[in-house]
Amino acid sequence: MPIVKLVSEHFGNPQAKQLSWYRDHGGYAAARKALFEMEPKEVTDEVIKSNLRGLGGAGFPTGKKWNFVPTNTDKPIYLAVNADESEPGTFKDRYILEWDPHRLLEGIILCAYAVGIHTAYLYIRGEYVRPAEILQQAIYEAYQEGMLGEHVLGKDFHLDVYIHRGAGAYICGEETGLLESLEGKKGWPRLKPPFPALVGLFECPTVINNVETLAHLPKIISKGGPWFANVGCEHNGGTRLFALSGSVKKPGVYELPLGTSMPELIYEHGGGIIHDKPLKAVIPGGASAAVLTADEIDVPLDFDTLMKIGSMLGSGAVIAMDDDICMVKATQNIMRFFAHESCGQCTPCREGTGWVYKIVTRILEGTGTRQDITNLMELADNMSGTSICALSDGAAMSFRSFVKKFASEFEYHIRYKKCDVEEN
Amino acid sequence: MPIITVNGQEVHVEPQFTVIQAAEKLGIYVPRYCYHPGLSIAGSCRMCLVEIENMFKLAISCYTRVRDGMTVTTDSKRVTQARKAMLEFLLINHPLDCPVCDQSGECDLQNYYMEIGQYDSRFLENKIKRKKAFPVGPHVVLDQERCILCTRCTRFCEEVSRSHELGVFNRGNRSVIDLHPAKTLDNPYSGNVIDICPVGALTEREFRFKCRVWYLSTRDSICSGCARGCNISIHYNESRPYKAGGRRAQRLKPRFNPLVNQWWMCDEGRFGYEFIDKNRIEQPYLRAIAELELSEWDKVIDEVSTALKSAWQKFGPNSIGVIASPQLSNEELYLIQKLFAELMGIEQIGYRNPWEKGGFQDDFLIRADKNPNSRGAEEIGLSGDVRTILEKAACGEIKILYIFQHNFDSEEARKMLEQAEYIVFQGTNWNKTADFANVILPGATYAEKDGTFTNFEGRVQRFQQAFLPLSEAKADSEILTVLAEKLEYPLVYLTAEDIFMEWYGKPYEGLEEFGEMISQKKHQWTI
Repeated sequence: MPIVKLVSEHFGNPQAKQLSWYRDHGGYAAARKALFEMEPKEVTDEVIKSNLRGLGGAGFPTGKKWNFVPTNTDKPIYLAVNADESEPGTFKDRYILEWDPHRLLEGIILCAYAVGIHTAYLYIRGEYVRPAEILQQAIYEAYQEGMLGEHVLGKDFHLDVYIHRGAGAYICGEETGLLESLEGKKGWPRLKPPFPALVGLFECPTVINNVETLAHLPKIISKGGPWFANVGCEHNGGTRLFALSGSVKKPGVYELPLGTSMPELIYEHGGGIIHDKPLKAVIPGGASAAVLTADEIDVPLDFDTLMKIGSMLGSGAVIAMDDDICMVKATQNIMRFFAHESCGQCTPCREGTGWVYKIVTRILEGTGTRQDITNLMELADNMSGTSICALSDGAAMSFRSFVKKFASEFEYHIRYKKCDVEEN
Repeated sequence: MPIITVNGQEVHVEPQFTVIQAAEKLGIYVPRYCYHPGLSIAGSCRMCLVEIENMFKLAISCYTRVRDGMTVTTDSKRVTQARKAMLEFLLINHPLDCPVCDQSGECDLQNYYMEIGQYDSRFLENKIKRKKAFPVGPHVVLDQERCILCTRCTRFCEEVSRSHELGVFNRGNRSVIDLHPAKTLDNPYSGNVIDICPVGALTEREFRFKCRVWYLSTRDSICSGCARGCNISIHYNESRPYKAGGRRAQRLKPRFNPLVNQWWMCDEGRFGYEFIDKNRIEQPYLRAIAELELSEWDKVIDEVSTALKSAWQKFGPNSIGVIASPQLSNEELYLIQKLFAELMGIEQIGYRNPWEKGGFQDDFLIRADKNPNSRGAEEIGLSGDVRTILEKAACGEIKILYIFQHNFDSEEARKMLEQAEYIVFQGTNWNKTADFANVILPGATYAEKDGTFTNFEGRVQRFQQAFLPLSEAKADSEILTVLAEKLEYPLVYLTAEDIFMEWYGKPYEGLEEFGEMISQKKHQWTI
């Protein structure tokens, strides 16, 4: 399938982050259309028709999520924009923030109007210093030009947008961890239910959407939900930004319709594997997703298919690994991340991630035993479905898939105390 | 009310109940670390996982609300396996220092390991090192290596004491409980974190290494530290007198009473038990010319009864003044009223120390009145003015002053006591009043006798004898009955309960579980 530029159309254009340029090239037209020609409910309906899924990783239908917010509440409703992009391998939201901040702001206006929100908090990853600066400038301009503030685009609808910078914790990208952090607390995910749509930020109903999800809204409103749905595949509307990295010739962000095949992404758009080496494995959706072997990659990239084959599309971070990469080392790398980023709240995650990292490290150091492999598989079971948030499940899904699918590499390390991949 | 089934047994429960509470109603105990009924739900230890029909994942029973028709299993193979896994996770970085850990014997890691663990360790890595055994406040020592991060203590400091000293720092398996910068765990309720800590992370500075918990016996009691009447257990050791310098009372622990103190008690009460074993009056004393000399019970009872009798006969009942104490039990105060007021016709009977200033009070448990039974003394009618009684003693109008327990240490009181002709002091510990006594009768502390206190709200609560009175000391009711017999007013009671029966009209067993508001049907005086 060809590259379709919906959210990425201005990437690479240094002028696009200026409000005037964005407006002159059709920007804020969708917001104007919604605010002056549509009822809030019609906006939501259009989003439902578009089959837009949450592009932060979970893939939950966006319109449906908005509809969970109670309509008869006397509390304020908040929008928390999740810009805490920190899933390993993911760097797509950053492009929107840096190149096209007004598209995000327009999306925020559309969501706010649809749900009845007057305050939006943009929770941005702490390390994203430049994106935060660009975004702050865009917000400033938007206020100056009357896109935000007391009367959005001149209509009697007020909306304030605030930036809140994170302090370097992966877990603050988990939606309730994000809310806790926004409230000034330690970013420990909350017990659910109640879900944020009912009890969220400051105990008020809250919509939490990813940057890319919101950035898709202007096109959906201007071109219509059904048009957007048509771009993608069944139940997976539109396009998404795939962050392709690893052993490919042309790593980068590629916007492709959902349902595009993985080989097409890697070989056509990504230019194939570096030095034309054989492909060994692909992580299809960020470090939390189960790894796929080269034999398993001939699948369409959509949420439902990847779930069916025991992995997930997640944040759209596709990491390709060639034949020279040691899978035990890759597992260690991933587990070091999870052990470092586990918030420490729930027992299985706090202790399990660290333990698994130590076991894998020991295997690499040449003191592993055959029992370790059995233990790893058991630990994966014990870490799945037993904690408050999905970090533990993600970590377990990841290392279980590595140990299971590349057992021979683990066994080689244990038996010969060296790596069969790097040696040859 | 929803009906739910737990392990095949049905139970009706309130709709706001959680599964763990419903199970508890059936007597089914679900293992837990972070859950505490007095704190908010953390849901993080994952120990209380249970299987619920039609739910794909195991659910934490502390957080899952009951639903009508819900079917719960707390002991299936899957549940046991999950719990075993949680226990294994908790133990991998937990030191194996049970032999030198003060929590040993009352540790939930030990208990659950014996119950559902009992596996061989497969953790081959190095355990994480953390800060060990450092004081975080005047009463509490923290060992971060033993901590399982259940966060009960931090939630206590947020929600109950509202003093915010403790927090969780760092992330993942580097997480530790520690003090917030510039804070010390010195709030008036700090000792409670020791009780709620399910492991040996928070231990008591006073109690550490004094005695193994399995040498301790316990007895239900009521704190005598203030007018609240917190329900407590006295933990005591008699079998090993070489422990803790021969102290019998080793520590006090709060006992659940939803109507008085819930699960908590204050530090003042918790650590205010030293007087039970220290500075005690162990034998009767008689003053010969200037010095107090050791005596015997027969002699001092003779002495006191003769003195009372002669004054009563020579100068009438108003030549005797009695100062009872709000530290005494209802039973003892009733006997004082009966013997001195009803039978002997003495009118000068009071109990309130006029120099005693109220202490610290807050909006939670601590009361300004540091006596456990002022309300009881009031209800029994010992309401004479103590200052007047002392003034009369100083000017010679009162010939004999019978003082219970009070420590009159003010200058003004001392001057009056100096001038008093004859003082009988009946008390537990050496104090300023004892300095002026002609006769000293050693009484028993609340830990050494049975009885009831009436708290400031009027709640009558029972306390029980943990151990016998020290040395030759006797329960005050016993001293009074012996004295009454000598005075030819036979008061025949075998136990404190007999007195209670007469005063309150029912046996101890008849009192409600959590104490009861004082009945207006109690004994009415004929005078």
